[in-house]
Amino acid sequence: MSIFSYFKKEQKATASIAKERLQIIVAHERTARSQPDYLPQMQQEILSVIRKYVSIQDDDVQVQLENSEDCSVLELNITLPEK
Amino acid sequence: MAKIIVVTSGKGGVGKTTSSAAISTGLALRGHKTVVIDFDVGLRNLDLIMNCERRVVFDFVQVINKEATLKQALIKDKRCDNLFILAASQTRDKDALSKEGVGEVLDELAKEFDYIICDSPAGIEHGALMALYFADEAIIVTNPEVSSVRDSDRIIGILQSRSRKAEAGETVKEHLLVTRYNPVRVEKGEMLSVEDVEEILAVPLLGVIPESESVIKNSNQGTPVILDDDSDAGQAYQDMVSRLLGEQVEYRFLEAEKKSFLKRMFGG
Repeated sequence: MSIFSYFKKEQKATASIAKERLQIIVAHERTARSQPDYLPQMQQEILSVIRKYVSIQDDDVQVQLENSEDCSVLELNITLPEK
Repeated sequence: MAKIIVVTSGKGGVGKTTSSAAISTGLALRGHKTVVIDFDVGLRNLDLIMNCERRVVFDFVQVINKEATLKQALIKDKRCDNLFILAASQTRDKDALSKEGVGEVLDELAKEFDYIICDSPAGIEHGALMALYFADEAIIVTNPEVSSVRDSDRIIGILQSRSRKAEAGETVKEHLLVTRYNPVRVEKGEMLSVEDVEEILAVPLLGVIPESESVIKNSNQGTPVILDDDSDAGQAYQDMVSRLLGEQVEYRFLEAEKKSFLKRMFGG
């Protein structure tokens, strides 16, 4: 750093951007990791059943398995296209 | 009973082999009988870092295949009495490491050694899985940089699900080792801080190695950097080994050196 750098425009701290991005992606990948192996396959099959009747995109079906103490909840979230 | 410690990271080039060489040398210098094994079959480099590349006659895969005995394959370090190196094969591929074979070799080593350091290859394929499978403890080497942190988290997930301990319902003790740390850039907000990396990965910190010219200087000569008492990286590795042995050691090299007024004005 020299005297000239004082005249340069202040930059946004990139480290905080990195931290934010990492926290999001790591949290996302951890949930995927804790889910059972059959989930992606099941998601594909559910997708193909729905596709028989309506046309939807791959990411229109969200499958989540939530484990609480005494029960597991399988949550299906399907976004149907607007008419 | 020997302690098996894997040095792993997921990502390549973060300092696994440098750290494996430093840690095993450090443990041996403290009087613990230590063996360091290169699991990077096909791309071995630990021998170069430890300056024994011309003394490799038999390798790890040959021991597994019973083409050589452990005694023949173990290379005694010239600098420390308590230290031995088991080189990886340079000609086979990583599938040559069978789980049973690796297990047998480790069992035999465990009878004689206090510490078995497994230098993992990069990636999450067979070689890396074999390196971590038998581990009691894991040192996760991470650079303060997005791809390294993400890959570390991935390898932590694998440690927690696919290691022998995990299969038995136990946990592998994890340690975080941050390498190539540049406090000046951290202060400028250009690099993730140790606290950031620790928070994201949720693994207890074992050491921070500053980015240092001494690392390449020493690897050029085949000297584990921990033997370079004058270098910051060498001292940081010594501190790390002390912590691994249960000592409380203050962290050094976490803050940028304060520059003088003149230096700040005119650069340098």
